This record gives sequence, C-alpha cells and structure tokens, in this order.
Amino acid sequence: MSTAPAEVDLPRSADNPVSDKPWVTIVWNDPVNLMSYVTYVFQHVFGYPKKKATKLMLDVHHKGKAVVAAGAREAMEHNVEVLHGYGLWATVKQDK
Amino acid sequence: MEPFRSVRGGGARAWLAAAEASLLRSLVGQVMSLVESGDPADEPGSGTDDDLAALEAMVHGPGADTIPEDPVLARLLPDGYRDDPEAAGEFRRYTEPALRSAKHATAQEMLDTLPEAGGRIQLTQDQALSWLKALNDVRLALGVRLGVTEDFEEQWARLKPDDPQWTAFEVYAWLGAVQESLVQALA
Repeated sequence: MSTAPAEVDLPRSADNPVSDKPWVTIVWNDPVNLMSYVTYVFQHVFGYPKKKATKLMLDVHHKGKAVVAAGAREAMEHNVEVLHGYGLWATVKQDK
Repeated sequence: MEPFRSVRGGGARAWLAAAEASLLRSLVGQVMSLVESGDPADEPGSGTDDDLAALEAMVHGPGADTIPEDPVLARLLPDGYRDDPEAAGEFRRYTEPALRSAKHATAQEMLDTLPEAGGRIQLTQDQALSWLKALNDVRLALGVRLGVTEDFEEQWARLKPDDPQWTAFEVYAWLGAVQESLVQALA
C-alpha cells in the first residue's frame, strides 16, 4: 500500500487567514458500499483512470478515509453533493 | 435471475423472475417514501405551537439544518461537514431538498425500467446509472437496519435459518450480487 496524499502545513497567523488553505473532499469508509462500486464512482465522477480510482478506494477501505479531490470550497461542496447522490459518505474539509 | 451483462454500444441487460422484480419494486418504493416524507421531527407543525413551527421553518429556509433522527435517513442524507455543526447545518439547508428529490427521481427511473412481472431488463447507460444509485440506496437502508459490518457474511452465518433477520440478510446479499453484476457490466 502506498501512503496518503502529502499534506501541506502552512503556518497560521493573522496575515495568513485560514481561508487561504485549500479545501478537500474526503470519502469515509462504509461497510455497505461495494469496493467495485466505489472505484466505479471515482472513475465516473472525477474522470480518474481505473488505477488511481482503485488506489483511492483501497485507501478508503484500509485507512478509513481518503482525500479524493482538492480545490476551491464551492467545488468541494459540489463534489460532496454529487457523492451523496451516489450514496458515498463524503465530507468537505479545509486542509491543515 | 440472470445477472447483468454488458450490451454492445453501452448499457446492460439482465433477466429477473417475477418474485425478484416484485421484491425490488417494494424495496425501492420504501426508500422513495422515506426520502419523500422526511423525518417527522423536521415537519413544520409537528410541535405544539404551529405558529412557532412555521416561523422556525421560515427562518431555516429551504431545508432542515440538522441530520435526520432516523439512522437510515441519516445515512442516505449524511452531513457534508464533520466536526463543524455550523457548516454542516448550512450545507444541509441548501443541499438536502435537492438530494432528496434526486434520490426520489433516481428510484423512480429504476421503477420505470423494472417490469412488474419481471422478465427481460434492458438498460441504457443512463438508466443503468440510476439502477446503480437506487440499488445502493436500498442496500444502505437495509444495511443500516441490519447493522451490517464488513464481516457481514459472518454475521449472517451466525444466524439460525429461522431467525427473522435471516431472510433480510439473504436479500441484502442478493442485492449486493445484483449491484456487483451491474458494476461489472458497466466497467
């Protein structure tokens, strides 16, 4: 198994407000969703190649969660809406 | 049942016995009424003071801002933020009504393409996607009610065949096989 995506830790100060940090879409492990289905959703929703989608699915399965996308807050909220439509357990978070 | 197989040019096909079609229709219908009716606690007017409830609904805007009390609905309509109730509430207010309608429409599309007497099922790519989502919602609902874990087969094996939950586990396993065959047909 490979490691989770690298995390960037920016120093926090009044001049560097929290809102400067990138936002991420997290998918959490779930005992019901089929591994094949989760992989298919990652391919279909994000256009990821099968290899990347499978790696993310395995991260969710073995580590309990995985960051599946990063970017603007609105885009991450949109991802979560779409993933909830597929029944995946997804949340938005500001990266730390 | 004959499991789903891919169709040249996209989509999938399968064959269902009448009893299987009827079981699927019933389960999908249950999920539809669940996402439609919502949580009784969220309904305006459910409290003792209707005026206050109406005012509350107005202040809350288009949707509720707390996760549904029913664990199945809570799983079908999960929070969009963890450890941030304020952001989760705001996200829910603006997305939950649309998510409920989307799940309802998806289930309806599955019912529209599921012959009541069973038989041959032929789905376009889009219809197959609706089936995947609707089947997944049914499995989530059943999975939550049964309290399944990743060791669901062991949970099932521990039950005696005369246990009232035994059949529900059998249905849950069958739904998983149906969904798996559809994923493989589309992959």
